[in-house]
Parts: sequence; structure tokens; C-alpha cells
Amino acid sequence: MTSINVNGKVHELGDVPDDTPLLWVLRDHLGLTGTKYGCGIAECGICTVHIDGDAIQSCITQLGEVGDSEITTIEGLSEDGSHPVQKAWKEHGVPQCGYCQVGQMMMAAAMLQSNNDPSDDDIDSEMWNICRCGTYPRIRAAIKSAAKEMQAK
Amino acid sequence: MNASIQSRNGISRRGFLAGASAGSLVLMAKVTGGQEVVVVGATKANLESFDPDLFVSIAPDGMVSILAHRSEMGTGIRTSLPRVVADELEADWERVEIVQAIGDKRLGDQNTDGSNSIRFFFDRMRVAGATARTMLERAAANKWGVPVDQCKADNHRVVHSSSDRAIGFGELVSIASTLDVPAADELTMKPASKYRYIGKDTPITDMDDILTGKAIYGIDARMENQLFAVIARPPVVGGTVKSFDATEAKKIPGVVDVIEIPKFVGAPLFQPLGGVAVCADSTWAAWQGRDALDIQWDDGPNANYDTDEFAKTLAAAANQPGKAVRNHGDADKVLAESDNVVRADYSVPHLSHAPMETPCAVADVKTQGDKVVSCTVTAATQNPQAVQQAVGPALGMKPEDVIVNVTLLGSGFGRKSKPDYCVEAALLSRTIGRPVHVTWTREDDIHNDYFHTISHVHLEAAVDDDGKPNAWLARAAYPTIGSTFNPLAKEPAGFEVEMGLTDCPYDIPHLRVEVGQAAAHTRIGWLRSVAHIQQNFAVCSFADELAHHAGRDPYEHLLELLGEDRHLDLKAIGLSNRGASPTDYPYDIGRLKAVTRRAAEMADWQRGKQLPKGRGLGIACCRAFLGYTGHVVEVEVSQDGKLRIPKVWVALDAGLIVSPDRVRAQVEGAAIMATTQARYGKITFKNGRVQQSNYDDYSMVTMSDAPREIIVDVIDSKAAPAGVGETTVPSFAPALCNAIFAATGKRIRDLPLRDHDLSWS
Repeated sequence: MTSINVNGKVHELGDVPDDTPLLWVLRDHLGLTGTKYGCGIAECGICTVHIDGDAIQSCITQLGEVGDSEITTIEGLSEDGSHPVQKAWKEHGVPQCGYCQVGQMMMAAAMLQSNNDPSDDDIDSEMWNICRCGTYPRIRAAIKSAAKEMQAK
Repeated sequence: MNASIQSRNGISRRGFLAGASAGSLVLMAKVTGGQEVVVVGATKANLESFDPDLFVSIAPDGMVSILAHRSEMGTGIRTSLPRVVADELEADWERVEIVQAIGDKRLGDQNTDGSNSIRFFFDRMRVAGATARTMLERAAANKWGVPVDQCKADNHRVVHSSSDRAIGFGELVSIASTLDVPAADELTMKPASKYRYIGKDTPITDMDDILTGKAIYGIDARMENQLFAVIARPPVVGGTVKSFDATEAKKIPGVVDVIEIPKFVGAPLFQPLGGVAVCADSTWAAWQGRDALDIQWDDGPNANYDTDEFAKTLAAAANQPGKAVRNHGDADKVLAESDNVVRADYSVPHLSHAPMETPCAVADVKTQGDKVVSCTVTAATQNPQAVQQAVGPALGMKPEDVIVNVTLLGSGFGRKSKPDYCVEAALLSRTIGRPVHVTWTREDDIHNDYFHTISHVHLEAAVDDDGKPNAWLARAAYPTIGSTFNPLAKEPAGFEVEMGLTDCPYDIPHLRVEVGQAAAHTRIGWLRSVAHIQQNFAVCSFADELAHHAGRDPYEHLLELLGEDRHLDLKAIGLSNRGASPTDYPYDIGRLKAVTRRAAEMADWQRGKQLPKGRGLGIACCRAFLGYTGHVVEVEVSQDGKLRIPKVWVALDAGLIVSPDRVRAQVEGAAIMATTQARYGKITFKNGRVQQSNYDDYSMVTMSDAPREIIVDVIDSKAAPAGVGETTVPSFAPALCNAIFAATGKRIRDLPLRDHDLSWS
């Protein structure tokens, strides 16, 4: 029987095949629908979650590869929406439709964890997620705000 | 294990009334034939006999509930329209709850499309709010035994001006609900100076849910005991299943059933494309099952569709005389006699909506024997009434009996006003006897869209030495959106050519617009800003070409081309003006020039002349969806042809603005979406099949290749509210290409930019 550690909780998964993408395990088997589907080929970044703190695309990560790593999804990024990126996203009014923003925030949170003073070039290269509504300028501004808060801590 | 998540939007209209606390004041409003708004108090009896447009309910505890009947796909409309009600009501926004409406034609137009929501409903929402406020003020006057003109609603309470007494809304509900509903002429609207929410910003109502992953979109909608379906659709529109073998698909663990869906009959409309569906206990099992199907297809009549070839057909059609759709003066004669004629041809390929959330819907159809007894659909849809109208006939039900819950939309851009995916879910649920959730994969989405059309526009102008045209001929050829509804429709429709061609704002004595014939070989749909995409790309680029032809500054030339401040004679030209009154929504050249000047001023246009080669500014302007936009785009093109867009300036005049920050967000987003279309947008067909399939070969701009900075100025205006969402898309791409010409001397007439070598030396 496969088990998986998500947001600090171990879930028993029964007979879910090992080659099932983590994205669909989270969404369909655990009911954690905060992580979204966008492309299935790691081109859009929308399904980004953290595995042991690193941003990965759950649509191309198989359940069997996860082992006992600690997975963090948006539902576990903070208890109450108080992570610096969530606060900055709200302050800058980033979301339009909001669908891609979970992946954007997970990507930004992982980047800021390793680099809390990203340059514009850093943001350009690290934040390759697609947003069809076109929120990029606000994402950039929000990342800089979140970085300031994280530096202050 | 599938968690059953109750959609927050799954509250029916009746449920809204039933859910209102006992003793609540409940108001319904509707627009009569004479466009007057009538509001009545709702009882269970008149709910059945009255056609409500919106609901406002105030509970004894003071909680105000407002029904949102338009779909939220990123514009903020689910927040903005209720804010208008709350403002006139003098409600405290913290004590307002928004309830999403189901599809119901009695609510009025719910098609969240065409940038219409504020324009259609601003006045109606104010009347609803003012009616409730007036009743509360009268209730307070009754309670205190004082004249009503001494009682004024103020932030969720009514205050008595001469005694400083105050009473909360909730405490007035029991008296207010016994009063007659005031007639429209008894209402006093707040002056704009007293607006509490209109024109002021607040986070969208779904902000916290979005940021914590709790927001429910169509892909997240769940029903008890549901199955997940992924569908193999015919690779060519109009194709059918010859035969299929599901043996391997059924071996996939979790696959429950494999069901054939018939092809649409007649015109595509919003019917399914047909194909073979795999239903399973998870999305991934259904997907794997779908990929394991062995299907023999009959490709049908569009098997040879080839866009490389078709583009030549369109070019030929646009280069021979067509049917005149606007004509004044004698453009043909002036062009024939002129010795200074400029000619240019422009083309834009098919585009796909590619919303971040693919089309998704879940349906639960209940049957007794062969008869369908009920159907509930929960979907990311821009138009729940269209879902009713498509699903009803497909199941043999009355459309009004189909219950449609609306989730949040992971963007739409016009794709999700076409509910073919909802019909798929309903047909599968009927067959299998369980709720079925249909998820389109990204490949399904790119392969089977209602595509933006492929187009060719030919322009000619007879000009004087200053580049001022004396005659102008525009001729367009492209498959019409009408073909999706009528296979015989073979030329651009009036509503399409009015998006950039027949509504030409330039002051030209002899002007002629023609359309050529073009049959459709795939499903054609409307995409954000629709025919403006190709027509304003052509017209606004051509204006720039005329300026350069005469050695003029493009900005000064453009202002001259627009001519004197005046209103176009909409009736004489034969423009529909989107059904809007010419009095409230004139075609005002003065406003168009003003946004053009404002964009130029913000960009410091004159410095463009001093920029070194490889850098340049481009300008364009457009009236679209009744709003006015001026764009200046700055580009940097490296010698080896790499394009950067460091800065964009946009001035928008869309009349009165309800939510300024959401409007700015739409303007920013429009520039970025238009950047994607200009740089990369290209869907091609070979052998009837779409050749792109996902974001790897149908590319989107991301942080690094989008405009770095977008400066937006929204003009402070008291004019009637116009469209916003689509308004600022059209002039971006021509302004960008005009900037590329200024930077490199390379004129782009065929999009996308990716197909061009922009290098220079």
C-alpha cells in the first residue's frame, strides 16, 4: 500500500498505481483541488507544489517517485493565507481569474526561500509560469513586496 | 475516495429566497419593455408569477445578500455589480454576502461576453439598491413617527437627522417588509459625490479563496458518486467514428465504461463534436483509457483543410471586388485616377482561446425508464442559459428545467460561452446513470476549439503629399462566426466588419468597405475582441504606413487622419453600435483623439525620434466595445532580431468606472494577451487536423517576454459606462508592429512575429 506525506499528514492511498501523476493523486484521490491542471507536460507551471521545499511540477511527477518526501500544496503553504506571498498577492491585487495563481505563488515561495532578494532577471528566469489573464507585472511587484517581508524576518 | 465538495455557487434561485432568514426583506427587480426598472417585494406567490432580474435580501440580523447573475472569469464582475447595489443601499460591504445565480432567463441576460456587464446592469443595480434603501428609510420614519425626509440611510443604519437617533438595517426589516415597494419615480439616487463603493477599490470577493486554494472552478466541481470522463473527439471537425475497439482501454484499472457520443447534426452550434468517451473513477484513469482506445475515423468533408493553402484562397478573395458593406463617395474612381496609391495586405492566422482552465463540467442526469426526469449541471460557463438551451434539447427536456450552477472560471475569453462540453457531460451521465465530470485535456482544448478565424485584409488609399487619404478601400475575407450556426454563411457578417472596418473613424471623403467569400472548415468562434483582432491590426498598421509613406510623424498624422472632433453619423453609416443608444454612446472622435494624445503624452512621444536604431515607439488607437483606447508601445530589437517590450502606455476612456483597479488589471492583461497573439499566435491545419497541441507548440508569453512595464491611465469620465475587457486588446498589436517598424524599418503585415526575422544591421 502506498502512502504519501502531504502538508504534514500521511495519507494511505490504497491501490493507486505508482505511475499516476502526483497532480491527480492530490486532486482526485485526496480531494486537494487547490493544485490545478493546466498542460500536463510541465510547460505552464500551474500544478507547482513543493517537495522537500523545492518547486516541482506535479503533473509530470509520478506517485512512485515521491517516496516519503514532504509534499506541500497551497492548502499547506500557510494555515490562514498569511504566507508573505499570499499577503503580497492580495496587497497588489494580483489575481484576475485566479486559476494559475496557486502555481505562481508556490513557485514564488520556493524561489524566495532560496533567494530572498531576487533581481528582475532572477524573476524572469525563475517565474516561467503561464498566466493567460496577464498578471505578470503585478506578480513581479508582489514578489518584491514578499521578498522585503521575508528579508525583515 | 472522492471528497464531495458542495459548490458555494450551488444555491438555486428558489433556494436563495428559501435561504433568506424568516422575516427578511426580499426585493426583486426587472426591466420592463420600456426599459424602466420595477422593483417589488418578493413573496413565494409572486416569485412564481414575476420575472425577477436580481435579488436583494436583508435578514433580521442585518446581513445583506445580493445575487450575482454574471459569471466571474477574471474581470471582477462578481464583485463590481454587487458593489453598485450595496452603494445605493448604503450597505456596509463587510456585511454583504454575494450569492451566485443559477441559469434562469428570468434573471435577464447572463451571457458574460461582449464586455457588456456594467453597461447592461449599472442602472438596474442602482435601482435595486435605492429601492431597498428607500424602504428602510420609510420603515425608520414609521417607527420613530417622524417625517421620512429626516431619515437617511448611512452605512447599514438609518439616522434621524434632528435627534441623532440611529437604527440598524436588520432592526428595520420587519417593518420594511410590510411597506409598499416605491415606484421608480419615488426613488432618489445618490449623487456621484456620495458614492461609497462605485469608483473605489476593494479586493475581489473571491480573493481569499483564490489565495488559499479553496476557490472552486469547473474542474473542481464534484457531485456525489461521480465518474470522470476524458473523450477522444474526431481529429477533423465533422468527422465520425467508423469503428472502435475498447479492449485495451477497459484493461486500465479504474475504467468503468466506454461510451460513444454521436457527432453534431447540421451546423456545429454548441453540440458535441462526437467521439468516444472513457469514464473512470479518476481523471488519470479516464485519460489513460482514452489514450488506449483504438478508433477508426471517417474524417468527413473537412479532411483536406490546409491553412497554408487556405491563406492563398483568402488573399485572392481579398484582392478581387467583393460585396460593398459601407460606401460613401466613389472610392473606386478616385483610386483609379490617383497617381499616389498605397496598397498593403495583412493577415492573421487562426488563434485558440487556450484558457488556463480547460473546458470542464459535471452533470447529473436522472432518468425513469427512457425518460429524463432531471438534469443538474455544474460548470465553468460564461453563459448558463446557453447551457440550458444546449443541454435541454440534447436530453429531450425543456431548457428551463435544466439546473445550471456556475463555478468560477479559470478564464474564458469567449470559449466558455459555448457549452458543448456541458452537453457531453449530460449525455454521458444519462447513459451511465451516474454523475459524470468531463475534463478536457490541454491537447483536447487546442485541437477542438471554436477557433478565432483566419483572415486576410487588403487596404488601398489614394493619398496627397501629406499622406492624407482622399479615398480608402478596405476588403476583408475570412470565415465568419456565423458559419458555426449556419453552414451556408460564407462572408463576414455585419457585426464582424463593424469591429474595425465599417466603423472606420478616419475622416476620408471616399470610403468603401467590401467583404469577400470564405467557407469555414472548422468551428469558428469569438475570442476576446473578436474581429477587431485582424481588422484593427490592418487598419492601424496601414495608418502608420501612410504616415511613413509621406515622411510624416505617425502620431501627428494619426490625429489629422481622425479629423475634427465630431460624432460619427451612426445611422447614416449603418452601424449597430452594439445596440447602444447613439445619445448615450456616440462615436466620439474627440474622445478617441484624447486617449491617443494622452498615450503619446505619457510616453513622451517626441523622444522617439532620438532613439537609436533598434529602439522605437509605435502608436495606435481604437474605439471598441464602445470604449476608447490609445496605445504607445516601446520596443528594443537587438541586431540579431531579439524583441523586448520594455514599456507600454495605455489610455482608456470607458466612461464611468465602477472598479478602477480591476479595470487597470484588464488593461494590463489585454496588453499581455495581445502580446502573445502578436508574437506567437498561430494555429495551423493540415489534412483537417490542428497541428499544435499544447503550450509547448502553441506558445504563451511569460514573465520574460511580456511587456515589462504597463502604464495605464483610465480617463476620469462621467459618460455612460462602456466595455472594458475587450476594449484595449485591438490597438496593442498594431502599436507593437508600428514600433518594430520604427526600430528596424521592418514592416510586419502577417502575424505572428515569430515567423519573421527581425534582425537588422
